[in-house]
Amino acid sequence: MSAGAPPLSNPPKPQAKALNCPQCGAAIMLRALGHAETVVCESCHSILDARDPHLQILQKFDAITAGDRPLIPLGTRGKLRGVDYEVIGFQRRSIEVEAVSYHWHEYVLFNPYKAIRYLTEYNGHWNDLSVCKELPVMEFASANYLGEVYRHFQSSDATTDYVLGEFPWQVRVGEHAAVSEYVKPPRVLSAEKSAEEVTWSVGEYVYGADIWKSFNLPGGPPEAVGVYENQPSPVSENVKGIWAAFLGFAVFLLMLMAGFDLLSNKGTAFESTYHLNPGEPKGEASFVTDVFDLQGRTSNVEITTTANVANSWIYLNYALINQDTEQAWDFGREVSYYYGSDSDGSWSEGGRKNTVIVPSVPAGHYYLRIEPEVDPKHGALVYSVAVKRDVPVLGFFGIAFLALLLPAIAITWRSINFERMRWAESDHPPITIGKSEE
Amino acid sequence: MTQPVSNCPNCGAKIVFQWSSSVQTVCPYCKSILVRTDVDLKKVGQVADLPPDSSPIQLHTEGVYRHKAFVAIGRILYEYDQGSWNEWHITMNDGTSAWLSDAQNEYAISFASTTAGLPTAAQVLVGQQYTWNNQRYTLTVITPAHYRGVEGELPFQYWDKTDVTFADLRSETGKFATLDFSDEQPALYLGEFVEFDDLQLKNLRTFEGW
Repeated sequence: MSAGAPPLSNPPKPQAKALNCPQCGAAIMLRALGHAETVVCESCHSILDARDPHLQILQKFDAITAGDRPLIPLGTRGKLRGVDYEVIGFQRRSIEVEAVSYHWHEYVLFNPYKAIRYLTEYNGHWNDLSVCKELPVMEFASANYLGEVYRHFQSSDATTDYVLGEFPWQVRVGEHAAVSEYVKPPRVLSAEKSAEEVTWSVGEYVYGADIWKSFNLPGGPPEAVGVYENQPSPVSENVKGIWAAFLGFAVFLLMLMAGFDLLSNKGTAFESTYHLNPGEPKGEASFVTDVFDLQGRTSNVEITTTANVANSWIYLNYALINQDTEQAWDFGREVSYYYGSDSDGSWSEGGRKNTVIVPSVPAGHYYLRIEPEVDPKHGALVYSVAVKRDVPVLGFFGIAFLALLLPAIAITWRSINFERMRWAESDHPPITIGKSEE
Repeated sequence: MTQPVSNCPNCGAKIVFQWSSSVQTVCPYCKSILVRTDVDLKKVGQVADLPPDSSPIQLHTEGVYRHKAFVAIGRILYEYDQGSWNEWHITMNDGTSAWLSDAQNEYAISFASTTAGLPTAAQVLVGQQYTWNNQRYTLTVITPAHYRGVEGELPFQYWDKTDVTFADLRSETGKFATLDFSDEQPALYLGEFVEFDDLQLKNLRTFEGW
C-alpha cells in the first residue's frame, strides 16, 4: 500500500459474535458473521434473521430436537480435503415413500475464505458435498457431469423438519424442495429444485470413521446400516480384476497343458496281445512280460487294457515291477462289457477298454506280471496290454481351473447382490421374484 | 505510467487513481462519490457506511488470473433475498479491467462483452440457452437485487441505483455469464468460475480465529 493509504471501510470484526435471542434472551453465538442469513435459538427454536442487528424472529418451530442431536456438535472444527471447516448449521430433512418417512441430517461447513461445504448423514452413511460449478447435462434417466454419466437414483420431495445453528441462506422449517439424485459411486449428483432455481451439488461418499478422524470426535461413528445410494461397492472394483486374473491364469494353464503335452514323449513303452482260452487247463495263470524301458524324469505310467469281451468280463491282477530295485506297484483292473435289449430298448454297460494311471514312477527297466481271470464259461479271449510313459493328466488342470473360477463367480455374485441392494432403495428397483418386504 | 492525482472536492484529500481509465471513485476519507470530468473531480453522491461484510477480499487484494497479476481497486455491493455479494473491480497488469465476483465465497472472474442483441430483462427465463462467443450458456437464476453501495474505483459511473436485476448463466464447462439489467441497455459479462486457491490471493482480510 502506498503512503496515505485509505482506511479500510470494513475493519475486520471478531468472527464469533455473542448476541441474545429477542424471544427468550438465551445467548446466540454467530460463528460465520456476515455469511449467516439465519440463526436458530437453541432454547426456544426461533429462527432469527442473522443479518438484522436485532435478530428479528423469522419463524418459530416446535420440533423436539433433543432425541436427534447433531453427531458433530455445532462449532466443531475439522479438516476436510486439507481445508479447515467449522460446523455452523444442522438440519434434519425427510422424505416420505409409500407412507414411510425417512430422514437424514445435513451439516453446514464454513470457512471464511472457501465456499460452503455440506456433510449429509443417513443411517451412518456420510457424504461430502459442494455446489457444482459446472452445469450437469440431462440425458435420458441420467445426468452427465464433467463427461461422466450419473444414473438417476431417486426423485423425492424433501421437507425440512428442523434446523439448528446458522445457515448462509434463508432456511425455514417445513420448506419443501424437489430433490433428484443421480449416482456414480462413490459420487452423487443432487439437484434441488425450488420455485426460482435449480441448485446442483456433487458429493462423495465418506466413511464415518474418516469423519470422526477429520473432526477429532470422541468414540466411534454410528454403524452404517444397509447399502447407500452412492456407497462404493467393496467388491465391484474387484470383479473386473478377478476376471482378468482368471483369464490370465486360464491362458497360463492352457499353455502349461500344451507344454506338458509337447514335453510328454507319448511313445508306447510296451505293447503286447495275448490269447486266453479258459477251457485249457493251465498250471500257472500268471506270467511276466518282456522287460521294457521307462525313460526320462519320474513321471506317471498309463496302462491300457483292451479285451474283446462281449457280455463277459476279464479281471487282470497287475504288478509293475522295477527289475533293478524290485519295487512293485500292484493293482487290479477289470474289463467288462454287457449289452442287450429290453422293453426300454437296447442298453449297454461297461466297455472294452480300461485305463489306469500309476503316478510317480522313476525311470528304469520294468516288466509287468499279469494274472488274468476270466469267466470260466467264456470262450477264447484276446486281450492286449499297452504301457505309455508320461501321460498328461488333464483332470488336474480341470481342478485348477475350477479353483480359479469359483472365487471369480463368488465375487461377481457378491457384487451383483450389492448392486441389487443399492438399487432396491431407488426409484428403479431391480425386478425381483415375489414381493420383497421393506 | 504516472498515476493521475486530484483532490477531493468535498474534503480536499488527495485522490490517487490506480487505474487511468477509472471513471468514478469514492473518497476514502469522506466517502464522497467522485466522478472524473475533463478538468477535475465532481462529487455526485455520498456512500453510507457499508454493512458488515463477509468477503475475504478487500481493496488492494492482489491475485493472479491466467498468469496475469491483478489488484482489486473497487467494488459494488449488492443485496438480495438470500444475502449479499460483491462485484470486485480488478485491473490486470496489462491494463485491462475485469470483475471478480464473490458470492458467499464462490468466485468468478468475468469481462465486459461487447456482444450485441442481448435479451431484455422481460425476455429472460430460467432454463433458456444462449450462445455467445461460441459457448453455450444455460440461464440458471434471475436475481432481483438491491444496490447497496460502492467503494474505490469503477470503470463507469454507478451510484444512483436502487433495484437492479441480474440473470446468471452457467455452462457444462464451468463458464459463467451475467446479464446486468442495471441500465437501459443490458450489459453482458463473460467469464468462468475460479477456485480460491488458484487465484493466489494476497492482502486478504484476516478473520479472528482463522
